[in-house]
Amino acid sequence: MNCAELKDAIERAWPGEARCRLDAETCVNEVKCGHGVLAHLCRRLFHEWDFGFAGLIVEEGAEAWNLRYVFYGARDAGWVHVFVDAPLSRGVFPSIVIESRIFAADWHEREAEDLFGVQFQGHPRLGDFVLHDDAWQEGVQPMRRGFDAQAAMRSRLPAADWRPRRIVEESGAFVMPIGPKFSGVTESVHFQLETVGEDVIRSWTRLFYKWRAVEKLAEGKSADDALLIAERFAATTAFAHGLAFCRAVEAIGGASVPPRARVLRVFLAELERLRQHAGAIQEICESTALMVATSQAGLLEEDLLRVSAELTGHRYLFGLLAPGGLLGDLHTEACRKALFDAKDIVARLDELERRLTISSSFLDRIEEVGVIFPRTAKAYSLVGPVARASGLARDLRRAQAYSGYDSFEFDVPTEQEGDGYARLRVLFAEARQSVRIMEQAAGALKDGEVATPVALVPGAALGWVEAPRGATFHWVRLDDAGRIARYRVVTPSFANWHSFHLGAEKFAFQDFPIILSTFDLSVAENDR
Amino acid sequence: MSGWVIKGISTGIKTTAYPHGTESAAGVTPGLPIGGEFGAQAAALAQRCPVHALEHRNGSIAVDYRRCVHCYRCARGAAPSIDWQASYEWAGQSAGARARDGLGEPFQRSIHILVADAGDCGACLNEVKQLNNPYYSMHRLGFFITPTPRHADVLLVVGPVTDHMRVALQKIHDAMPTPKRVVAVGACALSGGVFADSFACAKGVGEVLQVDVEVPGNPPPPLAILHGLLVAVGRKPPAALISTSAGAELRR
Repeated sequence: MNCAELKDAIERAWPGEARCRLDAETCVNEVKCGHGVLAHLCRRLFHEWDFGFAGLIVEEGAEAWNLRYVFYGARDAGWVHVFVDAPLSRGVFPSIVIESRIFAADWHEREAEDLFGVQFQGHPRLGDFVLHDDAWQEGVQPMRRGFDAQAAMRSRLPAADWRPRRIVEESGAFVMPIGPKFSGVTESVHFQLETVGEDVIRSWTRLFYKWRAVEKLAEGKSADDALLIAERFAATTAFAHGLAFCRAVEAIGGASVPPRARVLRVFLAELERLRQHAGAIQEICESTALMVATSQAGLLEEDLLRVSAELTGHRYLFGLLAPGGLLGDLHTEACRKALFDAKDIVARLDELERRLTISSSFLDRIEEVGVIFPRTAKAYSLVGPVARASGLARDLRRAQAYSGYDSFEFDVPTEQEGDGYARLRVLFAEARQSVRIMEQAAGALKDGEVATPVALVPGAALGWVEAPRGATFHWVRLDDAGRIARYRVVTPSFANWHSFHLGAEKFAFQDFPIILSTFDLSVAENDR
Repeated sequence: MSGWVIKGISTGIKTTAYPHGTESAAGVTPGLPIGGEFGAQAAALAQRCPVHALEHRNGSIAVDYRRCVHCYRCARGAAPSIDWQASYEWAGQSAGARARDGLGEPFQRSIHILVADAGDCGACLNEVKQLNNPYYSMHRLGFFITPTPRHADVLLVVGPVTDHMRVALQKIHDAMPTPKRVVAVGACALSGGVFADSFACAKGVGEVLQVDVEVPGNPPPPLAILHGLLVAVGRKPPAALISTSAGAELRR
């Protein structure tokens, strides 16, 4: 079904109740509907028409709450933005988690409730999410426009007796708390593993220890300054997030990025993916204590960091992007050199994979652990290598091509098992595809401009990118002065952390760090 | 056995010559901007810095490395541009650093480091992680990462210290035995970086703990972090955290 047929189908199903506006150029169906239709429409989109749930965007208008549920389909099915509104005085909406059985929206609704105070009828677990109850009282709504941080700080009333809820009540059951500071070099996150002995019966993840209020921080800033934040809130995949932000700003201003800048962006994005995947592989090797493999993968990751810095000046590709293109040009020769190095590194990565696949001690630890079934991947709208290892072949580079990805040949590696080993194989396979794309991009480089001016006009747009960890969506609204009025970031780790507890449950304690590493999750990216 | 042992041995020694020699491989550091004389253009150049790391006086520009977030806006896009120096020995002693005695001779070749993430974006942490790979192999210097504060001599903090991590960070610090040192790594940990204006985090570790060694950079490369650790145990002299002019004080 393409986007025009979809428009007809929606209007046929809810005549007069769902008003559809199709932008044929961008393939976006904007559907405005009432609260009664919302749940039915979302259910149809998600369960029957096979759309993925990208995210929920809450905006506080002058008089009303505007909620935008974004769904994305494959290729010409395009995008569907479902709008509902409610008066500011009564921000109550049906929960599509419950009404439409879209579990992927669970954390979106919890976040909206916690930060805006919007209510979702029927959602069973609201409160204590982004804002920890042992740090803030309920009722603090930092994302609202009139929020006074000073006053909120003064009147703080943390719940001193806050305790996480326990589910397992078997006699002899106990909780193994982990974090926020745990192990060697790890990000801050807290886990509670409930057990009666060996197996983890229930695992519970508490995130947002690293919440820096990025979306709030960006408000009122110029696009250039907000770009600094977009690059730096989750800097292991800085280029992908910077690119998604730039694409949103460019879409608002209607700017067309020059061909050379587009190709260079693809080249750099794939270099970042390759480096991030090498890093993820290193972590997986380390979690199984296979020391030579850890060292070998560590060498590869460091080599890729050096290749990045040699090409661009920065090891994590900061300071390259600008709305409208790139901040500066790169030498074509330097790109060829980087490609040459990357090919060599991928050959070494292949050798590492060959050795790993015949190391029985390694395979014993990683096979059939942390299993995410295909139906779970779909229900949670998982993204990136985690989804693709569970048979969900979604990749925005293919499904909704951008920056000229449709002119490059590449495969979207997919596995069916959904275990740790499947995720590892996907990482290796994607690394090979990245170099394949880099090679085509280096060949496609023509001389020319690398930046075009972008008009900072009022408006809003979605920028999307397939980041190394999966699909990321940046929603930007500019006000009359061209400053950021609303910045919503939906990250791949936010989608995938949601399902992580399922991967950890039913497996033994000693599998936990291995399962964690195979998910390649970033806490900074989730917490924002 | 899939030949791991043979593979490991045949890889040979990859480890850097630093700190006994210097490291000159390409891409080991993003470098830092160095100040200088820019005459009438100095004010306009300083304005281009989004985090106010450049200060100008009488036409000369000084760089506050604790603020620089490596955005390259002073170096790319428009003229005039500032020069970047590809050094890495740029960790400095903070103003409130504890006296050197206490963490003296016995610790110089054996410290245990606790790495605490207080809201880091992942890059600083990833660079700390690289210190364990064969290129940097900090074990050879007697530096070990420990997961428990009870065994730690040095607390290495990354990130601007988010509100939710403040208590945890304080508890980690309190649980460490004396003598102890705090090494703050990265622009966020030193000045809040791009998150300085956020109500949900502090403007760096200094607001919460007494910091001894500051390692600028966004993120600092592994060698700069290594330099910071060497400064903490007195094996290397500290560098200046603010360049006066033309980077003369970058390496002391």
